[in-house]
Amino acid sequence: MFGKRKQIKRTIEATAPPTARLLEVTDLHTSFKTEKGVVKAVDGVSFTLDRGKTLGIVGESGSGKSVLSRSIMGLLPRHNVIRDGSVVFEGREISKLSATAMREFWGTEMAMVFQDPMTSLNPVVKIGRQITESLHYHLDMGREEADATALALLKSVGIPEPERRLNEYPHQMSGGMRQRIVIAIALACGPKLLFADEPTTALDVTVQAQILNLLQQQQRERDMAMVLVTHDLGVVAGRADDIAVMYAGQIVEMAPTRTLFAQMRMPYTEGLLKSIPKLEQPSHSRLEIIGGRPPDLVNPPRGCKFSPRCPYAQERCKVEQPPLIEADTPGHYFRCWYPVGSPEGKAALERNLAAALPQAQAAVAGDAALASRIETAIDMAETVSADTP
Amino acid sequence: MPEQSPSPAPTVEQEPVVAGTQPLVLELPPTETDAKVEKSASKRLGLFGWVAIVWLALVTLSALLAPVLPVPAPDQHFIGHETEAISFAHPMGTDGTGQDMMARVIWGARASLLISVSSVVLGLILGGLLGLIAGYYRGKLDTFLTNLFNVFLAVPQLVLALALVAVFASDPAKVSSQFHWIVDWPVSQREFWLIISIGIVSIPIIGRIARASTLTWAQREFVLAARSMGAKNRRIMIRDVLPNVLPAMFSIALLGVAVVIVLEGGLSILGVGVPPSTPSWGNLIATGRNELTKIVGAAPQVILAPSVAIFLTVLALNYLGDVIRARFDVRESAI
Repeated sequence: MFGKRKQIKRTIEATAPPTARLLEVTDLHTSFKTEKGVVKAVDGVSFTLDRGKTLGIVGESGSGKSVLSRSIMGLLPRHNVIRDGSVVFEGREISKLSATAMREFWGTEMAMVFQDPMTSLNPVVKIGRQITESLHYHLDMGREEADATALALLKSVGIPEPERRLNEYPHQMSGGMRQRIVIAIALACGPKLLFADEPTTALDVTVQAQILNLLQQQQRERDMAMVLVTHDLGVVAGRADDIAVMYAGQIVEMAPTRTLFAQMRMPYTEGLLKSIPKLEQPSHSRLEIIGGRPPDLVNPPRGCKFSPRCPYAQERCKVEQPPLIEADTPGHYFRCWYPVGSPEGKAALERNLAAALPQAQAAVAGDAALASRIETAIDMAETVSADTP
Repeated sequence: MPEQSPSPAPTVEQEPVVAGTQPLVLELPPTETDAKVEKSASKRLGLFGWVAIVWLALVTLSALLAPVLPVPAPDQHFIGHETEAISFAHPMGTDGTGQDMMARVIWGARASLLISVSSVVLGLILGGLLGLIAGYYRGKLDTFLTNLFNVFLAVPQLVLALALVAVFASDPAKVSSQFHWIVDWPVSQREFWLIISIGIVSIPIIGRIARASTLTWAQREFVLAARSMGAKNRRIMIRDVLPNVLPAMFSIALLGVAVVIVLEGGLSILGVGVPPSTPSWGNLIATGRNELTKIVGAAPQVILAPSVAIFLTVLALNYLGDVIRARFDVRESAI
């Protein structure tokens, strides 16, 4: 199945016009000027995204993943933000554009779904007007046409009794419903690129899958590209074409989803996967964690940013920053001197074990479980993608 | 359309309805929830709230309808009835020159309300606008406007009013033409300058409230969401931020009206209030005070009638201002 999919992808790439590439981000830096110093929230991120594809961006809190999506869209405040690098959208360089010029893109070309539907809807404006506003503004729709479009949008995002909901206020709805409304607003003007910034984090677990399926379904129907930002590898496992793992403002590993799960090279990705609880574990078994905290982004470590927490870390990791290099599989990039699954990595881990480095010991304790867990993740990815033709 | 839905929406605590389980909505007892909502709302307004509303409505209506009300003209002297106590012909008695106190209090409400409401509206518009801009754009503009507010706050309002009135409206009899399109009675130039000076004083007070409220609302994600949909700053400020900021501004404005009514009384006593030819609650007290010192203990109604009017009105405004603030606080926490 994997092979077949890849083949299809290749033929599309061959036949499609050169504009198949929708978004190209090159060496994007974004820093905030604060009283403590300059916080480097995004530190040299590059990736590309084709039309209709999904990129999952995974990272823990403070890894810069939300700032990255806002920075690409140009939504960050201007006065305390330093932005550098290039963002090319449909062949146009948009990173240097003013807010006025960006307004041409916002809503119609790219839109964003926010994390918390409790705060991303205006509490004193009716749902109907919140949806039709951009229809009037961007698409020059008249009142009746806009109302009809809003109704169709609400139906398509699965809101029951949409006619009634149009005249209601956000506080009259549950969190899941509100997130559907937020999605409807974002989709109103038919954007080509949707940023979903942790769209399910604030929601009930039972609603999360519904919202993710809705996003996926809308994306397929509209041939829209999506950047799905999340801290949960499980969320992107079956839904993203590619996954980029972020740590301390950098992409530390990026690969097509299956490759990432099957041949991860970066110790951080491995740690993330290990920390997912497993169904067959006995109850009350300890969750595996990545010890420590993300580094201070004002004064990040000199070498590899993950080295203080890494079970494989060697002297070299502490002084020399590893570059993002391509693995044997094309499209698979990682940033590590002693990658997982390589002889160097194995030797590094053994050295750390001999030195009784606590994070190394913790990593090995969970290793037996890890092998079967990777299997499960791949199975999960396959079942989900089989479910959604 | 909503009318087709058989149950009139037990909205507040309703569970999300999944398509296909719609009949469940019918089973909910809508009347009960509706009654509960109504009950808690009326409980919050309370008896005092209703009394306050009725009193303010009464004052406003009698001020507006003074010319057609069956009361004597405020400047009509009933010769031989000077300093008369409460009677059927004069429900609030008469003053030292035989003028009907009830007529004067009713006509006095006109000047008092005109000055207090228009000066606060002036402050509401300009202060609200500046506060909104400062809170929304922040940065240097905010620093500048906040400092401007502070400078204005440092000017004592009495001194400012005294200075402006002394310079621009030293002649109390001169009629101003600026109000012909708002009210159909002659407004003296002094009243106009009172409104301007009190309005200037209220700009920074309301402006600071608007700025603080805007600061919190403009940080909300729905503002970013509106921006990400391509809305212009002006549109976001007016359509997204302003409706959320208004409740805070209105509750402070109600309190402001109350403060200005009292302030006008203070200015009258200093001799720079509404000219004595036009009755206002403030100058009624001011002139009544003079008469009290002349004829000791003879006519308490002269000073009591306008004082009680001010007292009740200020109390009602303060109470309602608090109620509004409390209600919107509750609503915010429920969101």
